Amino acid sequence: MDVGSCSVFEAEIKKKQGERKRKSLHLDHFSLTTMLHLTTGRVGSLLAQRVTAALTSSSVRMASHGHEVAANEDLSQPMYWDSTNVPLPDRRYKVTLSSEDERLKQKEKGPWDQLSKEEKLALYRLSFSQTFSEMNQPSAEWKTVVGTIFIFLGLTGLIVWWQKVYVFPKPPRTFDDEWQAKQLQRMLEMRMNPIEGISSKWDYEKGQWK
Amino acid sequence: MFRAVSRLSATASRNLVQSRAGYSAPLASRCYSHGKVESDEEFDARWVTYFSKPDIDGWELRKGMNTLIGYDLVPEPKIVDSALRACRRLNDLASAIRILEAVKDKAGPHKDIYPYLIQELRPTLTELGISTPEELGIDRM
Repeated sequence: MDVGSCSVFEAEIKKKQGERKRKSLHLDHFSLTTMLHLTTGRVGSLLAQRVTAALTSSSVRMASHGHEVAANEDLSQPMYWDSTNVPLPDRRYKVTLSSEDERLKQKEKGPWDQLSKEEKLALYRLSFSQTFSEMNQPSAEWKTVVGTIFIFLGLTGLIVWWQKVYVFPKPPRTFDDEWQAKQLQRMLEMRMNPIEGISSKWDYEKGQWK
Repeated sequence: MFRAVSRLSATASRNLVQSRAGYSAPLASRCYSHGKVESDEEFDARWVTYFSKPDIDGWELRKGMNTLIGYDLVPEPKIVDSALRACRRLNDLASAIRILEAVKDKAGPHKDIYPYLIQELRPTLTELGISTPEELGIDRM
């Protein structure tokens, strides 16, 4: 291979690497719904919706419970996130500051007792999105989770019921009540398990269960 | 250094679960049976020194705080003091307030640790002009 085609080849690789870095796998709501509609013909849209919700990035689900959603952030840059485990994240919350914010930041370089409470609060909110109390707020997400579990259990129950009616063959005659009664009668007559088992529970004198 | 089963000073709390006065638990220790275990005082000194670096930068402050918060303990007032002064050198009031929130959160159910911490830090807070989260009203929703 001569030098010329080698460098072209390398350039191709670099270009593809660059592309790969910029692309990221977005399993967003729309594309997933489309995929599901194409692949699952018979499944009702309600089920597809639920599956979509389950498989889409958790941000969609969380967004309906008051959690903020980061819109397609570059994950290779220093990120901001609220966590009680990581009180000081990699970067400030507000990146672009207005001129007023800049002024406040300048004032911050001086003595802090000259800052009013509102200014201190403003400085805090520039650097951080949620306070610890806001972070620790309980959410109602558990109700959604438990509810969804019950819905799926219910659906499964319906499916099993349908199966019983339309799929399973008739049970053997040994399951009939009459057969079972005669079977039990025979077991007692032959004194099956007379010490600790079934015959020990039957009162042979009175002809009834003990 | 404060621990869940701790040896706090008597002034700080009397109703903590089984305060074993004088018991010096080995800190954040690996399970070496042979290695030297750092004492509480050494641990505290190390962290005070870390934050006392005169030209500490933002990254080092963040790294230090996040690491410290990762430990199973509430930092001694002197460590927090050193960290707050580092915030002052970096002109970062927001981080100072955040640090106070974080140590309060670390104390968890032990509600008497944080007031003690603030009591010890009060001179520094007034000197540097740092308001506590309570004073700013962000300790509640």
